[in-house]
Amino acid sequence: MILDVGQAMTAVLAIPATAALVLVLIPGYRLPAALNFLACAATFLSALTLLSGTGATGDYLFVDDLNVVFVVLSTFVGLTTSAFSASYIGHEIAVGKLRPAFVRFYHAMYQALMFAMNLALLANNIGLMWVAIELATLTTVLMVGLYRTSEALEAAWKYFILGSVGIALALFGTILVYVAAQPVLGEGYDAMVWTRLMQKAAGFSPSLLNVAFVFLILGYGTKVGLAPMHAWLPDAHAEGPTPISAVLSGLLLNVALYAVLRFKMLLSVNEQAIKPGPLLVVLGLLSVIFAGFMLYKRRDIKRLFAYSSIEHMGIIAFAFGMGGPLANFGGLLHMTMHSLTKSAIFFAVGHIAQVKGTQSLAGIRGLTVSHPALGWGLVISVAAIAGLPPMGVFMSEFLIITSTFARAPLLAAALVFGLLIAFGALMLRVSDVAFGEPDGPVGPIEASIWPLYLHLALVLAAGLYLPERLVSWFQHVAALLG
Amino acid sequence: MERLAFDIAHLLAGGLVLLSFVMLYQDRMNGLIRVFALHAVVLSLSVGWQAYSQAAPHLYITAAIALVFKALIIPYALHRIMVKLGVHREIEIVGGIVPTMLLGIGLTALSLAVMLQATEATTADPLAREDLAFALSVVLLGLLMMVTRRNAVSQVIGFMTLENGMILAAAGAKGMPFVVEISVAFSVLIAFIVIGVFLFRIRERFDSVDIGALEQGRGDRI
Repeated sequence: MILDVGQAMTAVLAIPATAALVLVLIPGYRLPAALNFLACAATFLSALTLLSGTGATGDYLFVDDLNVVFVVLSTFVGLTTSAFSASYIGHEIAVGKLRPAFVRFYHAMYQALMFAMNLALLANNIGLMWVAIELATLTTVLMVGLYRTSEALEAAWKYFILGSVGIALALFGTILVYVAAQPVLGEGYDAMVWTRLMQKAAGFSPSLLNVAFVFLILGYGTKVGLAPMHAWLPDAHAEGPTPISAVLSGLLLNVALYAVLRFKMLLSVNEQAIKPGPLLVVLGLLSVIFAGFMLYKRRDIKRLFAYSSIEHMGIIAFAFGMGGPLANFGGLLHMTMHSLTKSAIFFAVGHIAQVKGTQSLAGIRGLTVSHPALGWGLVISVAAIAGLPPMGVFMSEFLIITSTFARAPLLAAALVFGLLIAFGALMLRVSDVAFGEPDGPVGPIEASIWPLYLHLALVLAAGLYLPERLVSWFQHVAALLG
Repeated sequence: MERLAFDIAHLLAGGLVLLSFVMLYQDRMNGLIRVFALHAVVLSLSVGWQAYSQAAPHLYITAAIALVFKALIIPYALHRIMVKLGVHREIEIVGGIVPTMLLGIGLTALSLAVMLQATEATTADPLAREDLAFALSVVLLGLLMMVTRRNAVSQVIGFMTLENGMILAAAGAKGMPFVVEISVAFSVLIAFIVIGVFLFRIRERFDSVDIGALEQGRGDRI
């Protein structure tokens, strides 16, 4: 072991922060892209060393069994996305869609986003977590508007306004939690520290906690992309650079969800407060069914998968809302699988849109014939996200549905209905895109395929066999979530 | 003395709610910006008073930020943007003034009812309780303003009003850490928004700062 836990926590934050500052200064794109990858690799390795020392608690940061899962997943997807991003950005510069000056800015923002997400996950303080999530929002807004087209600016503006209102409401909730905690924990810093809040939450005023949770779920729920607060999400995914779509769907939504989960745990400690579960179940189910229907009307390939992200965040929120060891386990697994699969899809879609010069579904045909590696990669990953066996997403959805059937058959039926609707839409669209006669430009592309297939291999492996250690780990975390 | 301190805080927080209502019925850009500047001044006084009565010197920083940044710099910048971009002087209010005002009154009543009830059980002092109730009204009125204006600059002002409510709540919560950091974070956010309106030259690309016009550029509507 090279690093102890404290050093590892510092490294996970300091590496991206330093890299962001350095990357602002370096012109060109080959060297920054390589540095970006190296910084992500170093961050991922230090995140792995965190695994050994969960339970470390500092004044500002802490690692426990819950957030370490999120940190490792985030840094891993951040790493593979940076590899994809290098070839993607290279192509964008070659065709003149991006100016080199913007690329410098892009890489710095990428690292700033990694820093903000890791800080939000590791923060042992509800105020610090809020600031970190705000920072993450700002950096992604800037990256969504990177292309400077009118659509990109509109998407960035919409994301900015809705995201800002969301985090403002979350702040109000955060203040209310402090007001609830203050009589018990005393004035000052202590009343905002997660570990202390969790110990004493039973003595907080339940009615204040209830009001606080409503604000928190509306606020952070906007960032999770739950219907009906999802309006920013499809635009932001469709108009920004594709690596950012991958990071948004795969990581940032999870970070916001993590915040919701933490506050849910806080409420469940207090016996008299409302049960947060039903609220999450309702929002989740609404998202699944709404997004399922919306998938049919999409004409843009990135928007299609953005709606699919809303659907899957809905499934995850539903699972955590149901609670209990089995559903929580399913929710955690589904979150991991969705991150891996959805970012894989965006890796494929990014290169496909570059080959075809369009994101319009109507302009893409016969991919498996013209570009077998990309085309089949897309087919397999869409099959995975739609929930076909033997991929990992099937496993997690199966777990969620069976555990729900035992407790609330009607809810399970509604969830299955939503899943089938979405399944139909995805199959319809992907068969149009992947099979048949190739259409439009069919030239070769310099694509980095390995991140795509690495993710798919992991998802397949999880579907076939979950290692004993991982299972017991997830079981432990599921028990923590209550 | 105790009573007087309470009354002053009450007056200032109530003044913020009142000014939020004044903003709701402004149909001229210039008027809206001036009322917002006044809103920021009252916020600054209110936070300054909290700093004095709680003996919390760090809150003076928050008060100073509110005064310099939100009461002076931002209104000036917005004014410049209006001149440069040639934004229309009149603001269209979706749904008309009377229903908006009625809705605003409803929201204020709601927030008073919710917050006073929710904080009843806590032993928190009455000042903090009423502060939270006023703050929530300001927040909701800010949201209402964002919903009823279709013009980008007045949406920004709505957002800043909302944020003033947050700062009021944070300053009222006794001994809350990070208040200064949060107000700095918000100032950065707002600076980004204002610079964004200006730099993205929404006018240049869409010919107006009307959000309605922004939506035309879109191929795939819900």
